[in-house]
Amino acid sequence: MTLFEALDFSLAAIVLGLAARTISARRVFGAVVAYVAYGLLLAIVWVRLYAPDVALTEAAIGSGVTGVLLISASTRLGPLPAPDAPPGAALKAGAAALSALVAGIVAAAVLYLPDPAPSLAPEADAHLAETGLGNAVTAVLIAYRSFDTMLEKVVLVLAVAGVWSVAPDRFWGGAPAPLGPAAPDAALVFLARVIAPIGAVIGVQMFWVGADEPGGAFQGGAILAAMWMIVMMARLTEPPRISSGWLRLALIAGPGVFLLAGLAGPVMAGSFFAFPPGFTKPVILFIEAFMVLSIAVTLPLLVAGPPNREARR
Amino acid sequence: MSVVLDLFTVLAVGLGVFFFLAGTVALLRFPDSLSRLHGLTKADNLGLGLVVLGLIPRAASPLAALKLIVLWALVQLGSATVAQMIGGALRRREEIE
Amino acid sequence: MSASTIAGLTAAVLVGLGLYALIVNTDPLKKLLAFNLLGSGVFLVFGIVARRGAVGAFPFDPIPQAMVITGIVVAFAASALAVALMLRLAKESGRITLDPEGETKLDNGAEDA
Repeated sequence: MTLFEALDFSLAAIVLGLAARTISARRVFGAVVAYVAYGLLLAIVWVRLYAPDVALTEAAIGSGVTGVLLISASTRLGPLPAPDAPPGAALKAGAAALSALVAGIVAAAVLYLPDPAPSLAPEADAHLAETGLGNAVTAVLIAYRSFDTMLEKVVLVLAVAGVWSVAPDRFWGGAPAPLGPAAPDAALVFLARVIAPIGAVIGVQMFWVGADEPGGAFQGGAILAAMWMIVMMARLTEPPRISSGWLRLALIAGPGVFLLAGLAGPVMAGSFFAFPPGFTKPVILFIEAFMVLSIAVTLPLLVAGPPNREARR
Repeated sequence: MSVVLDLFTVLAVGLGVFFFLAGTVALLRFPDSLSRLHGLTKADNLGLGLVVLGLIPRAASPLAALKLIVLWALVQLGSATVAQMIGGALRRREEIE
Repeated sequence: MSASTIAGLTAAVLVGLGLYALIVNTDPLKKLLAFNLLGSGVFLVFGIVARRGAVGAFPFDPIPQAMVITGIVVAFAASALAVALMLRLAKESGRITLDPEGETKLDNGAEDA
């Protein structure tokens, strides 16, 4: 067994152990902590699969921001009475059989994948020089499959609208509950004050560097979102009212600019979502900048939740 | 020269891993939460510092080495804050009981 | 065994674990965690396909990786929406249950049969 094989087996064992801990922990808090650790180790598995962009996204959004969301949810839910009767043995046996069947099918599919594997990597690489980018994943996201990415930004806006609409009518226009306690720990305030400017620089750098190296709009935007969240948790600033104009503008700026760039395609380059040749990289970075703004604003809003106080004039 | 640097890397990273192991042993074996926290934070910070030190000779450029050091500093910042907050919460829980 | 095969089998087990926990757990937050586990297993399968799409000088196929990045972000948005619904349900009825036959005590005292 080579060293890398040993590494892969150990990683798989730890990841599966943490996943089992996640589903078997009795308290939700323990399960969420195990899930965050699972996400971070899964990011290392992604690096072993030669996917550093995905690893960054998994660590930042999949494990980090989702962990914050779930912990804040479990804190807000508080202790609830046990909702339903635990499932009987028959349901457990049936679920185990179904899960084993599905797992077996996925394993068989993975083991019997066609060899040599079909791949779009050569085509993606052939046109990479025209986009002016060095990172193929960024090129796929913004240039080759730009329509998909724009629709995904629209999905984020819809999610925010969905979260806001869960609030009672009288709270519409108000602000969500504060993210942190009334008297935050002094250490947390210190951390927020020191790390927010550093994180802002790192987030912007990660977006900028994503054109040529692993990184990109989602990863950089997630770091900026985390910085805003930690500043809100330290009560240095409060979640904004959902009726505020700049907030709504920042939310739709990402998909809006993306769509405008696509609509300008027929005028500038011949077809919908075509970028003008020779000018492609500036247009892509321009779109990505607004995407970063939207993501940095959307993720904390999704964590903060619906408004829960009335809008005051 | 590169042999010396490789040896340095192996030694430093190995020592760092040993400190991580010590921190994990502290997590599992110490009697109460405060002492576990103490063992975990001290050992893990030192462990990460040694791993970063060992990786610096292998960095692709001086800028990459600087990034590694900044990484260690940021982890220090975060883990120190978390340790303070957990310690405070444990102290408050002791006072309540 | 290559890294992709090991990761692929791990993905299969994760899908199985997530599906089992999704069906068996009654606590909606735990169901949400199981749903995220299931999703990350599926994303790993995409990752294996991307890694096996290595051709010549290219170490990976970027298209499945871009899909996974999109998927992770959308999965987070779905989780956030689920959490918002759960919190509202808990506030309205005092308990969260997905059982339609269960009694839902509303603030005004009305009860569903």
